[in-house]
Amino acid sequence: MTIHLSGIKKIYQIGDQTVAALDGIDLHIKKGEFSALMGPSGSGKSTLMNILGCLDRPTFGSYQLDGEEVAKLGDDELAVTRNKKIGFVFQNFNLLSRISAWENVALPLVYAGVPKKERLEKAAYFLDAVGLGSRRDHQPNELSGGQRQRVAIARALVNDPRIIMADEPTGNLDTKSSKEIMEIFRKLHDEGKTIILVTHEPEIATYASRQLLVRDGKITRDVGKGVVMDVV
Amino acid sequence: MLFSESIRIAITALLANKLRSILTMLGIIIGVGAVIAMVSIGMGVRQQVQTSIASLGSNMLIVSPGSSSSGGVRGAAGSNVKLKLDDSDAIKNKIKNIDYVSPTVSSSYQVVNGNQNWNTTVQGVTPEFLLIRSLTVGSGSFITNEDLASRNRVAVVGKTVASNLFSDTNPVGQNVRINNTPYKIIGVLESKGQSSMGQDQDDIVIVPLTTGQERLMGITYVKSINIQVSDPEKMDQVQSEIETLLRQRHRILSNKDDDFTVRNLTSLMETMTQTTTMITLLLGSVAAISLLVGGIGIMNIMMVSVTERTREIGIRKALGATFQNIMMQFLIESVVIGVIGGIIGIIFGCMAAMAISKFGGFTTVITVAPILLSFGFSVGIGLFFGIYPARKAALLDPIDALRYE
Repeated sequence: MTIHLSGIKKIYQIGDQTVAALDGIDLHIKKGEFSALMGPSGSGKSTLMNILGCLDRPTFGSYQLDGEEVAKLGDDELAVTRNKKIGFVFQNFNLLSRISAWENVALPLVYAGVPKKERLEKAAYFLDAVGLGSRRDHQPNELSGGQRQRVAIARALVNDPRIIMADEPTGNLDTKSSKEIMEIFRKLHDEGKTIILVTHEPEIATYASRQLLVRDGKITRDVGKGVVMDVV
Repeated sequence: MLFSESIRIAITALLANKLRSILTMLGIIIGVGAVIAMVSIGMGVRQQVQTSIASLGSNMLIVSPGSSSSGGVRGAAGSNVKLKLDDSDAIKNKIKNIDYVSPTVSSSYQVVNGNQNWNTTVQGVTPEFLLIRSLTVGSGSFITNEDLASRNRVAVVGKTVASNLFSDTNPVGQNVRINNTPYKIIGVLESKGQSSMGQDQDDIVIVPLTTGQERLMGITYVKSINIQVSDPEKMDQVQSEIETLLRQRHRILSNKDDDFTVRNLTSLMETMTQTTTMITLLLGSVAAISLLVGGIGIMNIMMVSVTERTREIGIRKALGATFQNIMMQFLIESVVIGVIGGIIGIIFGCMAAMAISKFGGFTTVITVAPILLSFGFSVGIGLFFGIYPARKAALLDPIDALRYE
């Protein structure tokens, strides 16, 4: 079991009202699973994503990642966990604009304390793997959307994490690029990576082997491959 | 994460915004430069004062007559006529730890050579005068004890007097008339230039003390006795011994005031040093304020920079940067501004100090202490004013930071 959530609640205090963004989530994700997290906006899927990605802590409940309880970790310990175990791919790429694709990919290794030479070798390897070996000295603004997202995927992979978190990775891309990106995810899945994909596009979700529908802070449907879920 | 890595990130960030970085540094550059330039001016003034006092003769005690008093009316200082050549001899013979004793008389006279005339100070001295004032005779010889004993009409002249009365010819062996009496010139002094008080030290005519007293001025007293003490540590002791001796010789009752004064150049030196140190501190602290303002400039820019780069901070945090990593990144950035600004400021300040001494007519002394101090201060300012913005950056919530547009 890679991910084990039980009784996860996230409660926000807005004025004198309490809002439960997540209202008791129990979820198990096995190693190597490719899950798609779906749901309309406001459903709590982003909050769930943040907790799964160790960017946020639940108010109540237990989250075991690789057998380690992370729900109560401090900020720095969460940072270390993100660095080692999780690779992020964002909708808007989130690359640093002033440095090259190569350096962007190497960035997680900086915080992992990897020596420079090794960093650049690894980064070059993963840039090659996403088909951008020839463009590694380009800055993000010199690359197309699809290329930027591939740089971001290379960055997510560089520190060899267990889990890849992809938050609407195709949201800003055209159909052709979207397809290319999803093919990369399919390949990663075949290689045995655990992938969690957040999307509201049913056709993107079909790439996943498991689809989860979040609604009002709860997981309302949990189905296997081949079912096309209607989000709304 | 390695420290060198943080420095590299900081420098990359500074280079990405060159103009802004330079403008921020400018505050530190001007601050450090001003501190160094101002302190070097202060130190220059101090050195000038010190050398001018030292040129009067180091370890000097000066005995001068007090004011005369008759029937309750007190004359000016020096109007008393009780200080005699005998007193000088007594000091020389009875008090230990003394190198030289040099009694002098002086007065202004017109000195004439042919159709040239010149008004100058004529001093009657003993041979010790040469040593105590560290003068050297350029050509000819100085006054001897023999001249003193037989009250010879001989004179030694300074460069200014020589050139005014004899233009280019060598005056040694020639005669001048002082107060309408002929004197034979036996020597010309080496030029000493202007004293720091603006006095021309070469505008002088020197005659034997006894000649000056009896033949020229018609007096029996001396105007002052300069005493060089062999050990600067013994200044106070020698001074009080001289006071006791002179009170004895002048038969002053214990309830009466001295009829002479003994001045100590060390105390004058101390006062002057104190004053110039104050001036240096004042100049330095005014300049330090501009350094402080420069520091506030750093803080201002770092705050803007943190806000501007919120998203970058979010990305870095998502990828695993800890509080310390982000804190270091921004702190080093502001320290680098301090360091580079400090270095440029030092160069700029030293150049300014040299320019001031070259074109401004001030003596400036560049010393290591203010350079190190202001450099340390500028680094410290970078650190201090960087802490708040860096902390602000490091405390950002990664989710909020990633969402920031």
